[in-house]
Amino acid sequence: MSAPEPRAARHLLSVADLDAAAVRRILDTAVEMQEVQRRQVKKIPTLRGRTVINLFFEDSTRTRSSFEIAGKWMSADTINITGKGSSTSKGESLRDTALTIAAMGVDAIVMRHGASGAAHQVARWLDELGTGTSVVNAGDGTHEHPTQALLDAYTVERRLGSLDGRHVAIVGDVTHSRVFRSNLLSLAMLGAQVTVVAPPTLMPSGASAWAERDGFTLSHDLDAVLAGEVAGGVPDVLMMLRVQRERMSGGYFPTPREYTIGYGLTRDRLAAFTAASPHGVICHPGPMNRGLEIAADAADAASSLVLDQVSAGVAVRMSVLYHLLASEEGASA
Amino acid sequence: MSAPDTDLLIAGARVAGGATDVLVRGGVVVALGAEATAEAKGEPARLDGDGLDLLPGLVDVHTHLREPGREDAETIATGSAAAAAGGFTAILAMANTTPVTDTAENAERVLDLGRAAGLVDVQPIGAVTKDLGGSELAELALMHRSRAAVTVFSDDGRCVADPRVMRRALEYVRAFDGVISQHAQDPDLAGPSACCDEGELSGRLGLPGWPAAAEASIIARDAELSLLTGARVHVAHVTTAEGVEVVRWAKARGARLTAEVTPHHLALTSDLLRGYDPVYKVNPPLRPDEDVAALRAALADGTIDVVATDHAPHARHDKEHAFVDAAFGMLGLETAFAVVHDLMVRTGEMTLADLTRVMSTAPARLAGLSAAGHGGLIEVGRPANLVLVDTEAPVTVDATRSASLARNNPWHGRTFTGAVRATVLRGRITYSPQPTTDPEVTA
Repeated sequence: MSAPEPRAARHLLSVADLDAAAVRRILDTAVEMQEVQRRQVKKIPTLRGRTVINLFFEDSTRTRSSFEIAGKWMSADTINITGKGSSTSKGESLRDTALTIAAMGVDAIVMRHGASGAAHQVARWLDELGTGTSVVNAGDGTHEHPTQALLDAYTVERRLGSLDGRHVAIVGDVTHSRVFRSNLLSLAMLGAQVTVVAPPTLMPSGASAWAERDGFTLSHDLDAVLAGEVAGGVPDVLMMLRVQRERMSGGYFPTPREYTIGYGLTRDRLAAFTAASPHGVICHPGPMNRGLEIAADAADAASSLVLDQVSAGVAVRMSVLYHLLASEEGASA
Repeated sequence: MSAPDTDLLIAGARVAGGATDVLVRGGVVVALGAEATAEAKGEPARLDGDGLDLLPGLVDVHTHLREPGREDAETIATGSAAAAAGGFTAILAMANTTPVTDTAENAERVLDLGRAAGLVDVQPIGAVTKDLGGSELAELALMHRSRAAVTVFSDDGRCVADPRVMRRALEYVRAFDGVISQHAQDPDLAGPSACCDEGELSGRLGLPGWPAAAEASIIARDAELSLLTGARVHVAHVTTAEGVEVVRWAKARGARLTAEVTPHHLALTSDLLRGYDPVYKVNPPLRPDEDVAALRAALADGTIDVVATDHAPHARHDKEHAFVDAAFGMLGLETAFAVVHDLMVRTGEMTLADLTRVMSTAPARLAGLSAAGHGGLIEVGRPANLVLVDTEAPVTVDATRSASLARNNPWHGRTFTGAVRATVLRGRITYSPQPTTDPEVTA
């Protein structure tokens, strides 16, 4: 049996790997993929004979199952591997783990890891050896989660139309959020204006310089943002971020009560937002802490896109796998 | 190690500016100039110094040799060979081995292994606290009274964070004028997985960082403790403009405080972390441009006293983890002269005499090695601890051609001007590449 043609592997490690045209292509293809989702027989042959490994070093229900379903509906052989937690001096190195899996001849590794940059490192090691294996970053530490940002954009655009000129407020534990970092990049590419709302302790380090360089707004006052008292006016989209339980003991804020009163999407704030922005929508990457960063009324409101996001996740991930593994032009420009 | 039987004639090298001949016998400089050639006996070993500069051997107050405990990463012998190749005649071996150098016996073992290798004088640094635990003092005076005569103590890799422990350590070592080399970094000002400079870039990369304040605040505290106790504090690897300012302030107040900078903090910036390559992961971390500029200025104006390598070899697999999980540290012994010469002397910010001060004279004095013949003038009657350098030759660093066992070399592929041509320890040539067949220097 002859070896397959060597080809340069395509990766999706960061939204920055894409440009606006590539993002648009992925979102357009996702529309077609969502048609498949609505069929009774949810199977297309696009990735038949291809193998996709879901390599998850961190627990994840929705992202992993979303990628698994995406692969299966496209007829890829999809296998889940749960990696051991991050190892320092003991155990197998990350490089060995990655090379071992790539050596089996897989086409793509969809990777979730608790350490920022892990997917970048794996892609570099695989490229150095010319394995031709694609790497999809399914969340690396507090760095990026590109498919989440793409599905967020897809979901919002399905409801509101183009994001161009829209105002998106991202609220919550920004410093620890890979969803924030990826969304910041994709929203800029799609022409949206961004306001980031968090207590100072949950803003990323160097946020002021970063905001100035990349042209977004910082605020510590959610009510002022909802009232449209920042550049961009009243937001069209509220993106609520999950507050990790462990942050509460980390001294980032005094009590959950104080966090909710300052930065939660409470029932009162929902009312204010609905009044000021009647078309406005609410997103949350999940899993939600109901009652902490988002009230149950807001999570279940007509303006909430939380379940649409989950549904779009499968279509967008099908599109990403298609562009990386099947399409001629690839995901990048 | 005994001195060689034959004479060594170093011909035509510049010594403090003027070209001359140097005759070494019995490990000691015995003649300079015309007398050197006249007095040479028999067939002396020769080093051709034409067009080269002869300096006192370099002294590194901060290396990690990994023996005992991690001989797969570096041994005292391989680290010594790397040091000799870098022009060093004396190095201080940090205490964070396994076991930790926190007893007289452990210190003497390092000393003896260094002597057995015989390529540089290996002077052990003792731990400040037992097992680097940060709470109980190690046997400081016993280490000092041992054959190893330890005078420099450090928990390097960790900060002596507890102010009460630091105060007692300083008070205690004052009895024999010991010095505490402090890894100035408040561990409580960053999370346990901090791995880079805290700033805009770490925010973007999603990596936890150390703020400059973690360094500056410990330097300020230790300066006060030095003034309180009268003991010597040495600030290891300063990395920030803020840290430099505090050093300047402490010296102006009369604190007995010295400071070092590494070649990598003088040359490399935190931008290199964009690719998450663990070869650039080091503790304390690489910093942005502004800090690098402040460090260079502080070295040039004397605020920073010495250059030290913080040579930190690691087995390859310990660097092949995710960035936050990978080991801290990078190689430095073989490249230190080239980097510092290229950045500081070739640019005109310092003279070769200044380089000699910060890489030989001052570190030797700091470590109490002047009496043993390190870092002194090249004069008749002085021990012949020497390095012959070519200030014109370009050197392109090749990580695969290293005397170190490790390959975590951040300088790979970079070219610097300034090459070590020979190293001499008490009259014996410990390093000498063949200039005509060395492809490194023809690049």
